[in-house]
Amino acid sequence: MNTEQILAKEIVQGDVNYDHDQGHEAHQHHETFITKYIFSQDHKMIAKQFLLTGMIWAVIGGLMSILFRIQLAYPDSNFPILETLLGKWAKGGHISAEAYYALVTTHGTVLVFFVLTAGLSGTFANFLIPLQIGARDMASPFMNMLSYWFFFTAALIMLCSIFVETGPFSGGWTAYPPLSALGSASPGSKTGMDLWLVSMALFVVSSLLGGLNYIATILNMRTKGMSMTRLPLTIWALFFTAVLGVLSFPVLFSGFILLIFDRNFGTSFYLSDIYVNGVGALPNEGGSAILYQHLFWFLGHPEVYIIILPAMGIVSEVMSVNSRKPIFGYMAMVGSLFAIAVLAFLVWAHHMFVSGLNPFLGSFFVLLTLLIAVPSAIKVFNWLTTLWRGSIRFTPAMLYCIGFVSMFISGGLTGVFLGNSALDIHLHDTYFIVAHFHIVMGVAGMFGMFTGIYHWYPKMFGRYLNNTLGYIHFWVTFVGAYLIFWPMHYEGLAGMPRRYYDFTNWESFKMFQGVNIFISIVSMIVFGAQLLFLFNFFYSMYKGRKVTSQNPWESTTLEWTTPVNPGHGNWVGEIPEVHRWAYDYGKDGKSFIQQTTPIGADETEQH
Amino acid sequence: MSVYFIIAVIVLVFVVIFQIAKASEYVSVLKGEEDSKKQTNKINGFLMLAFLVLGLIGVYYCHQILKGRILGESASVEGERVDSMFFITTIVTGIVFFITQVLLFWFSYKYQEKENRKPLFFPHNNTMEVIWTVVPAIVLSVLVVIGLRNWFIFTGDAPKNALVVEITGKQFGWIFRYPGKDNEFGKKYFRNIDPSNNTLGLIWADNKEMNQKADPATYDDIVQEQTMYVIKGKPVKLVINSRDVIHDVGLVHFRMKMDAVPGIPTTLWFTPKFTTTEMKEKTGNPNFQYEISCDQMCGNGHYSMKGVVEVVTQEEYDLWMAKQKPYYYASFPEKDPSVKSVSAIDSTGSKATVSTSPGGGGAVIKTKLK
Repeated sequence: MNTEQILAKEIVQGDVNYDHDQGHEAHQHHETFITKYIFSQDHKMIAKQFLLTGMIWAVIGGLMSILFRIQLAYPDSNFPILETLLGKWAKGGHISAEAYYALVTTHGTVLVFFVLTAGLSGTFANFLIPLQIGARDMASPFMNMLSYWFFFTAALIMLCSIFVETGPFSGGWTAYPPLSALGSASPGSKTGMDLWLVSMALFVVSSLLGGLNYIATILNMRTKGMSMTRLPLTIWALFFTAVLGVLSFPVLFSGFILLIFDRNFGTSFYLSDIYVNGVGALPNEGGSAILYQHLFWFLGHPEVYIIILPAMGIVSEVMSVNSRKPIFGYMAMVGSLFAIAVLAFLVWAHHMFVSGLNPFLGSFFVLLTLLIAVPSAIKVFNWLTTLWRGSIRFTPAMLYCIGFVSMFISGGLTGVFLGNSALDIHLHDTYFIVAHFHIVMGVAGMFGMFTGIYHWYPKMFGRYLNNTLGYIHFWVTFVGAYLIFWPMHYEGLAGMPRRYYDFTNWESFKMFQGVNIFISIVSMIVFGAQLLFLFNFFYSMYKGRKVTSQNPWESTTLEWTTPVNPGHGNWVGEIPEVHRWAYDYGKDGKSFIQQTTPIGADETEQH
Repeated sequence: MSVYFIIAVIVLVFVVIFQIAKASEYVSVLKGEEDSKKQTNKINGFLMLAFLVLGLIGVYYCHQILKGRILGESASVEGERVDSMFFITTIVTGIVFFITQVLLFWFSYKYQEKENRKPLFFPHNNTMEVIWTVVPAIVLSVLVVIGLRNWFIFTGDAPKNALVVEITGKQFGWIFRYPGKDNEFGKKYFRNIDPSNNTLGLIWADNKEMNQKADPATYDDIVQEQTMYVIKGKPVKLVINSRDVIHDVGLVHFRMKMDAVPGIPTTLWFTPKFTTTEMKEKTGNPNFQYEISCDQMCGNGHYSMKGVVEVVTQEEYDLWMAKQKPYYYASFPEKDPSVKSVSAIDSTGSKATVSTSPGGGGAVIKTKLK
């Protein structure tokens, strides 16, 4: 509470000169351009920095996917423009295998870590935690700033790795050794891999700094009356996300450290019995390549929940607001988040069913993996019941909510196939898994992010996004995502392996050429729709309709009690006190009752 | 030129969309925000329903188009279990998929905001919560039980009469080894690998430096590349190794798959049901092959790492086996007692296949020497 009081004092003495509606313009004391926009310690600005960096990487990663989709659709054609763009990586207008694998790897790495981890939970944890729990800022604004700048440096180094002569790392985003450890086995594993590792190590530091901060803030800095069970579900989700990150990222880090040792200092943690073509037998003996997979997936699996939990939280909140109905089963929602967070640590080896893992051990992982379907089912049914007999307002954010649930169902159900080891033997590393994780993690994660952006944009920038563009963006993306990933299930059922540069020489897989062309064309259209969104985002920042009311969505939560353009410190004067949970919609005939409204004498049920 | 044209068209489309969006915003301001909100709400509610109907039709249509392209009947006895498990899981998840998606979009459409609609304050209901916790748990338990029974069959010991073949992955190809007449794989050590005549590093000679003693069991081992011969109706057990990075033996038609990890041998077994010739007839594809695909990212040639399984009858297999020359004699023809003088290499012999990848040659292996 101390930090809060000190901060509160600062607010009273310093920034309090804003008047209610025009916070950001006048009277910014001792704030220069650099302290306000670059080395800012304001959680809202840091959130925007995360969002912007995430968006840049989303465009880069998306563009990469377009490039390798061109190769998959037209493996025999030449496009001179590609040589213009990529130079030696696309001689004669034909993407080389090396470039293809580099693109696939970088696409995976940046989308998973930079976009869906930093871009999603980095943005919304920073933006929403202080605003929704009623705090002036994070527990440590300075650490928060460091968290962004570590991320920024990590991103910069990753960007550099694309331009090294031997190319960026190209062994798949999971970076399994020995391939990732031996520069002689793949040119991408030379300098590119060193940069990849450094970048990822810095990223882990960023995540830890951020995560510790989020946990400390949520536990210690809630405003008066804001008990844990009155928190909006976004905060619960972000809390579990941060816990997952803090407990699992260090394990990944240790895995990377051992890999760095194997690469540079002659150790044999992961290496044994290796003869590389053209180089000869390596001196390493006694290491285990499987060890890395355990270390990697001990983070890798929680990582997918690090991506999806914030999306779930955002969706729960926005769905309740726009259904004008409380979220159904608040405690069950919190409980299922908790269950998912716990199970996240007990299922990592389901990525390794065919790695030669002890089958007896594997059977436990089958059981625990399928167990995750239970809390997931609870969440889906609760969302459905939230919609039932609501009064639904289809804002673009709400559309993305519904899209999220649809995607989560589709992608979640294919998880039941993959989690069952005996079936996984057939489906492992085929396009079935590509379809599965893109739908349930990629698309659903992005939809959660879009939900958040459309919903909180007015709070971030004091202006509205253009609705019509939002609707077009949603419907094209939603329909397109199904058109892209649904047919991939069939390719996977035929056993078509992922990470293949060219299928034309395979009697078993080449009949999907037409399907691949279809998928590639749709993905280009969907990418175009994202450009529409980007345009909307930046255009509306300056030219969008201004927000005139403090609470445009008629929501109950605390962020809508701040001024339209809140300054550093969020509230002018006292932080409001909270008297009820976050979901009093449609209660006793009232459309909504804000959390700050004291309980009336004649109210029926209380939370 | 056409590139600029395409870019111009794209830009034009964007401008048009933007103008429409901008105009609709002005219109909404003129018409009054409430009215235009109502209208867009109606449109989006209708689109929800339309998406549901068209989506379900699309799912059916996609299935009609693509069902012929996914694998037909399993080519291994064990694979039938995979197929039946897949069928059961599809039915179960299909029902859930249908119900939940229909509810999702139907609710969205039905409960869109209308003037006289009063949302129901319905924060929780324990009975409902318990139902949808317990029912999925029971259904999943059934799936787990079926799955684990199959899992233990697949990963359990291969039948005693199984044909044992060792398969070794390398960048970017496969090396197969048969134990020869003595039915035993000779020892191997990766430092003995010589791409020209000892691709698996078999221990053929004493070596004081490495503390090795020649293993007589290596002398009759047969080493092949590219094509693996197995027998219809007879279980085959693969002992899987890798020479460099992690690979994966992917056998789509047999529904089997297992990683090849350097330093850690893994196994996999299955019983082929149809010979390659029979499959050519069944599929109506004269080019049909049982392909071995590498299913674990292994470098820039990953996509070309192909092997072939030739399923033959016992007689054909015996005939083929009789023609094979032990790798040792293929590499050192002068030591072959059966060759008197003439050329050591006969055209169908074990040195026939030539690897397409750098550093490849003939091939051989044996479990690790300590």
